[in-house]
Amino acid sequence: MAKITYITHDNQNHTLNVQNGLTVMEGAIQNDVPGIDADCGGGMACATCHVYVKEEWLDKLPKKEDGEEDMLDMAFEPKKNSRLSCQLIVSDDLDGLIVNIPSKQG
Amino acid sequence: MNKTDALIIGAGPTGLFTAHQLKLIGLDCEIVDNLDKIGGQCIELYPDKPIYDIPAVPECTGEELTNNLINQLKPFDIKFHLNERVDEVKKDNSNWIVKTNNGKSFSTPNVIIAGGVGSFEPRKFAPKECEKFENKSIFYSVKDKNIFKGKNVTIFGGGDSALDWAVELSKNSTVNLVHRRDEFRAAQATVDKVHELKKTGKINLFTKYQMAGVKGNGKLEGIDIKHDNEEIKNIKTDYVLGFFGLIMQLGPIAKWGLNINKKTIEVDTEKFETNQKGIYAVGDICTYPGKLKLILSGFHEGALAARACFKLARPNEKYRFEFTTSSKTIKDRLGVKSD
Repeated sequence: MAKITYITHDNQNHTLNVQNGLTVMEGAIQNDVPGIDADCGGGMACATCHVYVKEEWLDKLPKKEDGEEDMLDMAFEPKKNSRLSCQLIVSDDLDGLIVNIPSKQG
Repeated sequence: MNKTDALIIGAGPTGLFTAHQLKLIGLDCEIVDNLDKIGGQCIELYPDKPIYDIPAVPECTGEELTNNLINQLKPFDIKFHLNERVDEVKKDNSNWIVKTNNGKSFSTPNVIIAGGVGSFEPRKFAPKECEKFENKSIFYSVKDKNIFKGKNVTIFGGGDSALDWAVELSKNSTVNLVHRRDEFRAAQATVDKVHELKKTGKINLFTKYQMAGVKGNGKLEGIDIKHDNEEIKNIKTDYVLGFFGLIMQLGPIAKWGLNINKKTIEVDTEKFETNQKGIYAVGDICTYPGKLKLILSGFHEGALAARACFKLARPNEKYRFEFTTSSKTIKDRLGVKSD
């Protein structure tokens, strides 16, 4: 279990306990956090679960797999701290993670 | 006006198999899709990615699945209307009148929405003011490459579309290629070609830059691009092309009076009918208790929706369930010999 804070672009905080094994994307979808679309359902095929990870978390997260950076090319306003939340699998290590949701997904 | 027993919206795997089911039971159908090709998400999002959970197919790619479904439709004459987005669905007595963005219209008792997550639309530039120049100086696809002859064209993106067009247009135009990182995801041969053209001065390459703003009053004069390190560069350019792939939008479907729940359409699980009689939703776009977004679920939903269409398309006939292995009628429809 990890406490994850999703901050929407209008600065609403959603702090949730997300079960280990789910993705950060699924944590948002299952709890109706707005702003993460996840059109392809987690297949790393659409870039609509794009989030900005708080700087201090960047190095603590598992590295991007092949293809994630390619998909981020398509994301809306990608930055250095961009990740696809469908690729972030929740574990105790992610307790306290903070992600910002972009103003839109496409 | 095209008249048909059932109109399918969406030519993805669910739409294709639903067409197969309709034709098997003796109904006509036509298929409309906003994309320029058949296959939906399978072809647009993951043509090369393997799928492992199609019953009796241990492994296939999105493209192979699509081709197999098209092959399965070969015995039948089905009219596809590609590059057409359905904009309007209106009731006219016992029929639905369906109109597309390009002015095609259909009259049918049955509309089956197999639209996935909606229609694919190009992803656009972030700055709002880009809209003002859209389809004049800023484009997300190339319809007529001749307009770029002798002009300065700035292309954004790092995939095959962006690089293919950069190479092609560099023959007759000054080309700037802008991408958010140093690596490109296009075919290696094209990437090599771009680097070669950069050396010979045919392409100006700007990596780690993104669109920051556009300049011009009525006519595009130039754009600002921003580096990862916040530095802003101004480029004088006549045309801008953006290739960021496609995104799915529910779009006009939201306005057809259907019960929508989180971008999906509520249906019953007997006919996969919506709250509107004669409008069905199948595949990823429908929702009901226990819904699984799997391709195989779409096949099941399409098969049942097709049977429901029979009642409205042939009100005076009774539908009789038959197996493809034994029915002479079905074998005749498939054009295969009966034993």
